[in-house]
Amino acid sequence: MTNVGCDQIAQVIQKDEKIILEQWGSYQLSSFTMRRDLISENEVKQESRKFLQLFSGALQNNKNDKLTGNEWDDVRVLLADVSLSRAKKGFSPSDTATFIFSLKQPLFNIARENFKDIAILAEVLWNITVILDKLGLYTTEVYQKGREEIISRQQQEMLELSTPVVQLWEGILALPMIGTLDSSRTQVVMESLLQEIVDTGATIAILDITGVPTVDTLVAQHLLKTVAAARLMGADCIISGIRPQIAQTIVHLGVDLTSVITKATLADAFLVALERTKQKIVKVAV
Amino acid sequence: MDRIPILKMGEHLLVTIQVDMHDQIALNLQDDLTNQIAKYKAKAVLIDISALEIVDSFIGRMISNIAGLSRILDAQTVVVGMRPAVAITLVELGLTLDGVRTALNVEKGLDILRTALKR
Repeated sequence: MTNVGCDQIAQVIQKDEKIILEQWGSYQLSSFTMRRDLISENEVKQESRKFLQLFSGALQNNKNDKLTGNEWDDVRVLLADVSLSRAKKGFSPSDTATFIFSLKQPLFNIARENFKDIAILAEVLWNITVILDKLGLYTTEVYQKGREEIISRQQQEMLELSTPVVQLWEGILALPMIGTLDSSRTQVVMESLLQEIVDTGATIAILDITGVPTVDTLVAQHLLKTVAAARLMGADCIISGIRPQIAQTIVHLGVDLTSVITKATLADAFLVALERTKQKIVKVAV
Repeated sequence: MDRIPILKMGEHLLVTIQVDMHDQIALNLQDDLTNQIAKYKAKAVLIDISALEIVDSFIGRMISNIAGLSRILDAQTVVVGMRPAVAITLVELGLTLDGVRTALNVEKGLDILRTALKR
């Protein structure tokens, strides 16, 4: 920082901490994006007080205007905490960034009162702007990261949820597949199917693709891979739920499914499976 | 030198792979098994690979070869006890062992061999 040292700003902040906190708090709470239902007034005040303390402390020891020094570590940790917790609570990015940006006005007010010389005032305002912008950007970055973590966790959960392996009968497994089959899902499907084959000792697995919207060569290849892997474990596969349009696509694409038993419906496949395992369902005569 | 024991049970030959398969063992097994099938006129061979944790393309091809050559010597062959991870690896390597019969465990493998021999 140039002529007007950061420690001078820090001193002013420490002197007028109360006024700043009051103004900052009211700016934050009056901001139209503020979600009162997600966070309490008390929490906001606590976060603000803690931030301001660390902020002025860091300003005092600031060495360059890149905000990369150790003196900013505490500030960064606090900001990361704040924005991560807000990301989890469901705040929007602008809500989260407002936490920092709404500090500008109170600081400007204080600066105007304390630095009467126009040139110095301009310098101070500029310094404050630069620092707060950087911190604001950092907040947004952490917020983004937090959201991405949430998204990837949900994706993982969806993967696990959407590929159940159910035991239909003794020795017969069914895999009702729903949604697009990509390679990562095929991997999950394959692993859970093979594990289930080991656990239940099943000899037949029915892959039901009723819920798969499109079947292209890649999906077909994934299906065939699953079938081959199950066969290596000693279980035969039946593919069921092939809709008329999908049957047409498969033939048009020239995908060879002759090595697998295919059936139109899960019920048909189940009958074949019962036959293969030498079982029978009979109606009870009343 | 490491060798994999081949057990004779009536008309069946039982090969259980209990050690880490390395290339020389696989080659030895191929020799031993062909000799034993010829010697005992075995009608059925059961290969248990439940202890096999790691396969590469060479071992995968060896398994396929061993199954293929015992079939040529007129012995029904079944590979049993493949682990899920091994199955996935073989499929990813493109080795689907077409024409090799498979079963989940020794019990089911023996069932398959019995029904095959009855015909």
